[in-house]
Amino acid sequence: MSARILLSLLFMLAAGAARGEPLVADLTSHLIGITGGFAGTSVVLFGATDGPGDVVVVVRGPEHDVAVRRKRRVAGIWVNAKEAVFTGVPSFYSIASSRPLDAVTTPAVRSFHQLGLDYLRLQLDRGPLREEDTPFREALIQTQQHEKLFSETVGRVDFLGDRLFRASLSFPANVPTGTYLVEVFLIRNKAVVSGQTTPLVISKIGVDAEIYDFADRRAALYGLVAVATAMVAGWLASVPFRNA
Amino acid sequence: MEIYLPIAEVSLDVFVLLALGGAVGFLSGVFGVGGGFLLTPFLIFIGVPPAVAVASSANQLVGASVSGVLAHWRRGNVDFKMGLILLIGGFLGSLLGVWLFGLLRRIGQVELVINLCFVLLLGTLGALMLIEGTRTLMRRRKLGAPRRKLHQHIWVHGLPLKMRFRRSKLYISALLPLGLGFLIGILSAIMGIGGGFVMVPAMIYLLGMPTVIVPGTSLFQIIFVAATVTVLQAINNRTVDAVLALLLLIGGVLGAQIGTRMGSRLRGDQLRIMLAVLVLAVAVKLAVDMTATPEQLYSATVVQ
Repeated sequence: MSARILLSLLFMLAAGAARGEPLVADLTSHLIGITGGFAGTSVVLFGATDGPGDVVVVVRGPEHDVAVRRKRRVAGIWVNAKEAVFTGVPSFYSIASSRPLDAVTTPAVRSFHQLGLDYLRLQLDRGPLREEDTPFREALIQTQQHEKLFSETVGRVDFLGDRLFRASLSFPANVPTGTYLVEVFLIRNKAVVSGQTTPLVISKIGVDAEIYDFADRRAALYGLVAVATAMVAGWLASVPFRNA
Repeated sequence: MEIYLPIAEVSLDVFVLLALGGAVGFLSGVFGVGGGFLLTPFLIFIGVPPAVAVASSANQLVGASVSGVLAHWRRGNVDFKMGLILLIGGFLGSLLGVWLFGLLRRIGQVELVINLCFVLLLGTLGALMLIEGTRTLMRRRKLGAPRRKLHQHIWVHGLPLKMRFRRSKLYISALLPLGLGFLIGILSAIMGIGGGFVMVPAMIYLLGMPTVIVPGTSLFQIIFVAATVTVLQAINNRTVDAVLALLLLIGGVLGAQIGTRMGSRLRGDQLRIMLAVLVLAVAVKLAVDMTATPEQLYSATVVQ
């Protein structure tokens, strides 16, 4: 693997230099398959720059809506009380950089490119966030961090010399499926001078994927098959005991 | 050996699931109730999302009931007419129940309602069974105590639409089994249970059916109510995990056979007290969980 990466790197470096591109990067794999025993995985991103600078890598999962609910004690038991529905939340977000982000760039740049969990642009279904929604935003980010779906790590982008870099992007066992975007930024003098976006597909493969797809697309038929299977299993089970 | 459950989207140990199915099947064999009321809470304990636990239990129930009904049918202990009336009520009830379930899920209260229903039902039932069981045990010690009347007339016998049920030797209003079925249908959809533990006492004490006919007839209608619930849950809520249901079923069938044999060796009232204690323990565990301060005050759920 490492020999292959090195070869690819050399090739890319040559090609990039020939075309005068400041940043080239690619993943060792563009597809992650989730099978029965999936326990998380990692993908290596490698690339080259045309000179010194810092590299920031952002991985974003497909967006979905998330309802954040706060529990309150009612008559002794805890019930979900207040609710805030966030729209367009990335189902996965991780950021890695060659040096701490604060040292590398400015809040304005971070805000523009959404670099870091504090700079994620989050919206509610009823409009922009207000002051009183802050705890819900924090709770959303904390929950996702706890689930290992949101993460911020410094120093996972390693430079090999001045121009070659590599980063290991890890994904937990509960990673959501869909099309991911891997954004790579080259930063010099606190400003983004170049960027590149690479897609990454995470999907269930094998029998589990087929069952899930079937249950989703042909829900009624799936229900009937589930019932029929159970009936046959129940009948089969009673056969050996018929004379008992 | 871990297995990834495609709909529940969690990895669980195959042997834990087989053992759970086996334990529930064993109980159903010993006590003659479906055991769904224990299956759903236990699935939630081991980490299956509550909505998936409820819907997959209903699926498992279809198979378990088929297996049970066949055994009773061979002995001629199924009142199909009564079962059919219960079934019509059950069908209507499960339609309402699945709709209610989807609504609760959208407003984020489904877990609360599932837990509350279980605490209330299991708590009441466990307490009643414990009192009843202890009383019989004490009565048996005192010789010559008067026997209870087999059939009592109460207000329910004054309802219209009377019908004759030959197999059950009854002449009662059709509204009774219809209403009972309706109620069980709702419970079945919301809690993933067959409702045998509500149905069986109701059939004996409320309808006045002969005890020997009750389990078969109850199981007969549960097959169809559970099947309806499974299909409706699959369509409306996408929460039926057939792989989970099948694993539970395999364990369950074996457990039921062992349970039936054990059951015939144990004494009835002792069994009832044991079941009562078990039911109460589950209710207490659920109640404690509901009142304990949660680790996280906030929860995040993906909405479709």
